Amino acid sequence: MTDARSSNSPTRMAIKRLYSNRLAMLGAVVVAIVVILALFPSWLVPSMADGSAPYSYDQQFRSADEYQQPPGIEGHPLGTDEQGRDIWTRIVYGAGISLRVGLIGTMVALLIGLVLGSLAGFRGGIVDTVISRLTDTFFAFPSLLLTIGILAVFEKPDEYKIFAALGLVGWPGVARIVRAQVISLRGSEFVLGARALGQSDTRILVGHVLPNCLGPVVVVSTLMIAGNILAEAGLSFLGIGLPPPSPSWGRMLVDSKEYWVEKPWMGVFPGLAIMVTVLGFNLLGDGLRDAFDPKMKD
Amino acid sequence: MLVTMIVFILNAAIPGNPGRIRLGQRADPEAVEAYNTERGYNDPLPQQYFRYLGNLFIDFDLGVSDVKSGKRVNEILGEAFLVTLRLALLSIVVALFIGIGAGILSAVRSRTIFDYVSMIIAIFGVSMPVFWLGILMIIYVAPVLGLPRTGFDDSSFTSVLRSLAMPAAALGFLSSATIARLSRSAMLDVLTQDYIRTARSKGLSERVVILKHSLKNAAIPIVTVVGNSFGYLLVGAVLTETVFALPGLGREVVEAIKTRDRELITGGILLMSFVFIGVNLMVDLSYAWFDPRVRDDRR
Repeated sequence: MTDARSSNSPTRMAIKRLYSNRLAMLGAVVVAIVVILALFPSWLVPSMADGSAPYSYDQQFRSADEYQQPPGIEGHPLGTDEQGRDIWTRIVYGAGISLRVGLIGTMVALLIGLVLGSLAGFRGGIVDTVISRLTDTFFAFPSLLLTIGILAVFEKPDEYKIFAALGLVGWPGVARIVRAQVISLRGSEFVLGARALGQSDTRILVGHVLPNCLGPVVVVSTLMIAGNILAEAGLSFLGIGLPPPSPSWGRMLVDSKEYWVEKPWMGVFPGLAIMVTVLGFNLLGDGLRDAFDPKMKD
Repeated sequence: MLVTMIVFILNAAIPGNPGRIRLGQRADPEAVEAYNTERGYNDPLPQQYFRYLGNLFIDFDLGVSDVKSGKRVNEILGEAFLVTLRLALLSIVVALFIGIGAGILSAVRSRTIFDYVSMIIAIFGVSMPVFWLGILMIIYVAPVLGLPRTGFDDSSFTSVLRSLAMPAAALGFLSSATIARLSRSAMLDVLTQDYIRTARSKGLSERVVILKHSLKNAAIPIVTVVGNSFGYLLVGAVLTETVFALPGLGREVVEAIKTRDRELITGGILLMSFVFIGVNLMVDLSYAWFDPRVRDDRR
């Protein structure tokens, strides 16, 4: 019995489909690289000339042959920025910020969305109406605009406030999907079976219904991570995200504003980092969607 | 209605004492207090909310800016909105043209080089931050085309067009990516239907089959995504305006946040949300035009 199940379960087939999707695997590799950058930044940045310690992201190199220099000079593979800081080092440390914002912002949204979505779907009635109206209201705002508004409320933005703001803005998307899934599963036979066995509502919901919503939720969260990374870069670019000297990629772009034209590397590399990372998550998310929902594939 | 509630809660929750911001740090505390009382910032919140609603729906009045020497929010946003509107309209033209065009061609020539290349460009487009594309264009495209790098010059029609050309191209191109991906899958869906085979077997030319029979049936998902892209466009406009230094709505809101000008922040967010809702409503209404079945349903 167990054998048959493990070789033919829908999840397993989905994973198989995912492995055979080359673009999705490319995305996974990109994501893996970003994770490594984020986890072990100090291993991956150059060390000081005397070999004593790795660069820190806020270290300024003020000597004439290092200050605001283009890529390829000794010790600075991507050049140095407007304050003489090593751009590669800042990009490596920035990976941590992007990843944390992407992941934790998404987790906050998942938490709120799962709870409210499953409540709305499972309970129905007035609970459903209230939650659904609330979801609709949040959908009426362009998302980044609402994030900006929420951040305006928090006085000095730091990472935690950005997690909270992104979560508060992102949950309706999750809630809507979870609600639809729960409604479609609510009447299914295994739920009836569990109910016949006398299991409590909570137990049915957590033990039987939610695990079956996992596929779409994983897909939407992967794409949401990409969206959140873009949003954080955008917020920092607008100057209402993380304050300097934070090596947020969006921040790096806006800080070098006056130099874009004469010293283009300052405006090119941080943006490239944003794009490649977001691309990785998007490719992986698209691949997951195709894998979990074969109907979507043409 | 709920939207105004949320915006109002945001408004009330924005920290800072409006009187102190208006009159300066060293103002006499009594004068600050008098300012706050006069403007009604000391009234109970529900009362403030209903006054806000009344002003909004009866007089279309968003209040007075706390920072810009008492200028009316309507006035500030009105000027800025004109800039953003022109940017958004130009961008949506670019987006529709490239997006639907590439989508249809990819679907018709599915699994050819054209299809693969345009879909790869599209997935890059979805992942690219609009402000970075803007920066790249400022660095590499502006000098080649001889366009102004940043700024807005509304002295004449051509100067407006020249200042908006690059921002609209950047924003429109990126929005076209989503539109292209969706148009492609919607068209592919339709092209396998029986009535398309019927149309072809009737001997209709390929042009008629694609443009008349298929496109109209694929229109609903396409229109939906165009409506959504408009929301993305508004948000993208905030970022685009910052890159290209355009005096639009987004810039006003961002500036207002930095100066804690609460009436201006909430007014701007409210205005953009209403535009967004209006566009979505038009999208919903347009379904009936594209699909007679929706019309029959309503009766």
